[in-house]
Amino acid sequence: MSTDHASTHVVTPWTALTPPPRVDPYVDLSEFEADGDLMVLNLGPQHPSTHGVFRIKLVLDGEVIVKAVGYPGYLHRGVEKLCEKLTFANITPILDKNDYLAPMTSEQCFNMALEKIAGVEVPRRGRWIRTLLAELQRIASHLIAIGTFAMDIGGAIGGGTNLFMWTFRERELILNAFEELTGSRFHYNTSCFGGQRHDLPAGWDLGVIKALDQIERRMVEYADFGTANPIFVNRCRGIGVLGRDLALELGLSGPLGRASGIDHDLRRDAPYHCYDELQINVPVLTAGDCEARYDIRVQEVRESIRLSRQLLAGVPEGPICSEKPNIGPTSVRVKGAPAYVAIEGPRGELGTFLIPTDKGTQPYRMKIRPPSLHAVAVVEHLLPGNNLSDAVAILGSLDPIMGEVDR
Amino acid sequence: MTVASNASNSFIMSLPSPVPEILTHPVGHGLVMGTIILTFFMLISAWSIWFERRFAGRMQSRVGPNVVGPAGLLQPIADAIKLLRKENLVPSGADKVLFWLSPPMTLFFTLATLAVIPLSEDLLVAELDIGLLWVLAFSGLLLFPTWIAGWASNNKYTLFASMRAVAQGISYEIPLLFSAIVPVVVVGSLSISDIVRYQGEHGWLLFWPLGPGALGFLIFFVASLAEANRIPFDVPEAESELVAGVTVEYSGMMYGLFPMTEYVHTLITSALASALFLGGWYGPFGWAPGVHWMVGKTLFLFFVIFWARWSLVRFRSDQLMRLCWVWLVPLSLLCVCGAALWVVYVGGVA
Repeated sequence: MSTDHASTHVVTPWTALTPPPRVDPYVDLSEFEADGDLMVLNLGPQHPSTHGVFRIKLVLDGEVIVKAVGYPGYLHRGVEKLCEKLTFANITPILDKNDYLAPMTSEQCFNMALEKIAGVEVPRRGRWIRTLLAELQRIASHLIAIGTFAMDIGGAIGGGTNLFMWTFRERELILNAFEELTGSRFHYNTSCFGGQRHDLPAGWDLGVIKALDQIERRMVEYADFGTANPIFVNRCRGIGVLGRDLALELGLSGPLGRASGIDHDLRRDAPYHCYDELQINVPVLTAGDCEARYDIRVQEVRESIRLSRQLLAGVPEGPICSEKPNIGPTSVRVKGAPAYVAIEGPRGELGTFLIPTDKGTQPYRMKIRPPSLHAVAVVEHLLPGNNLSDAVAILGSLDPIMGEVDR
Repeated sequence: MTVASNASNSFIMSLPSPVPEILTHPVGHGLVMGTIILTFFMLISAWSIWFERRFAGRMQSRVGPNVVGPAGLLQPIADAIKLLRKENLVPSGADKVLFWLSPPMTLFFTLATLAVIPLSEDLLVAELDIGLLWVLAFSGLLLFPTWIAGWASNNKYTLFASMRAVAQGISYEIPLLFSAIVPVVVVGSLSISDIVRYQGEHGWLLFWPLGPGALGFLIFFVASLAEANRIPFDVPEAESELVAGVTVEYSGMMYGLFPMTEYVHTLITSALASALFLGGWYGPFGWAPGVHWMVGKTLFLFFVIFWARWSLVRFRSDQLMRLCWVWLVPLSLLCVCGAALWVVYVGGVA
């Protein structure tokens, strides 16, 4: 390794750069430090409420948070770098582990970037199946978000786990359907370059319709537990209000943005898959508090159930995968200009920026834009001024997935 | 009083004649009764954990413990053996004396209250004239081991937990005491057995005097839930925020004593509530007195506590305080006034 590289190449340390203007989340601590009555509490990385391994350094005055700094990175696996060493066909299963509650959208997003570079058109049936799977995945993912939020509010040993277990029970129905389709409950690897790997088995749609009916019926019970319960409502109404401007500045999208009044949904605003053939109602709330973030997910599950029924009713005939420029059993050759593809994942705008190598067999550079990364950035702005208990509620309502934050 | 008429139902009279000599001696009587009451409460608490877990499993459409023994019935024993075999770790920064002191203190203060809890007319350890005061004093003292455990652990989460526990305990002590005064005012005695006997003659205090009785019972029940740190008032434990409350640093049986005494304490408060307001060992309308009524009412209240635990989410600590100071304290004062007025104008025994 040559040593003169370091002498010729001057790197500006990041600390010397002028930080971009931003909303200052920090409170002036000098008045507290004079009394010496502040306490630093590390919430995480191992903590029941952090949804994985996320560390928040809290400066507390009594139980009130005066400063919060988030430290992601405890689940960093180097996925983007790893993908540079893999062929395109090998990347999809890796990306399943990124957003581990919505693997379907993760792998779709990557393959869509690949198709965009290669200029490959996915057959209508393939796109239709992708749309259907994305909607089912959204239901499964939002169910977990609702359940874990209740658990954060209610406690792991007690009433909070009720909703948690119920949502897991409902999610099982969707995972069963996915298992029947792909043979896997979690890491599907069903989306591939050019289309879908697995065609819908005969009678599969009947089972899914039954599952959707069951989920919709059981979701009525959630309201009894959640929004009809005054204790629950008091814990989340008006807590962690995320203003529209701050949400826009932090790049929030998906349910978090829509709960703060950002009327933006890529399914409707920049249709992909078969979304242009569907009428999508995008729920938008303006409150921006924990209750709104809970409500918007409940409403989106209802909407996704409606869309899934519509999709199941009209699955078109045809191939599920287009002809691919194969150069071997597992490798494809994709050449073209770099491409960025963004889709509406369950947590917001999920993007993949992809530059293929000159040979066209693997990425030269791959960048994933995970919505959860922007969600955890909110922590520093929302937590100060709140109670420690509210910190847990706010973090739960953001529903960050550390797998995709850290990648 | 009704002792003679209840003779056929009383515990001592049901024993083979002649009555064993040991029961006629005060110390011997205390030992035998103490053993019976202690065994009863400890066993019920242990298996109530099994019941609660099965019940919660049903509520959440899962199974619950069903492997150890038939229907998982030996689960409490397995849990106890597991805890006993584990090492009792003491963190290096902890105050060792206080750290070791806290769990036995919890156990002692909890079990001390059992001395005056009557299961029936004569199935009780001691009939103290200040029985109610004794119970409330010892359950109030339970704050100290919690506080000590949180402080001695030298952990930030336990410190938060003990701070919350002390704030909550001190606050909820007030409505608890005021609502417990309602039967005292009406009956004119601090003896729990006297209060129960009064209800045998005049009907349950829950129904009569109507307003103060029912409201007093409600406040007493809610405040004892808070005293026992049960959901929705379990902010000192708050698993999702404070990991495990004051017990974060405890392990082995040192830890095991905390949940165990929590269950015993909850059971005792259920027994106290049924003795003070629900007629104790008297059935509805005063007939067929017996230990089964007392046990049945206690277990029913105990079940309601489980039910609440697995249906509700918890308050935030400041909401908890607001509920106490804005609603429970004034209402409990109102109850005391109502009971006093009732005694003066309607007809008390005082």
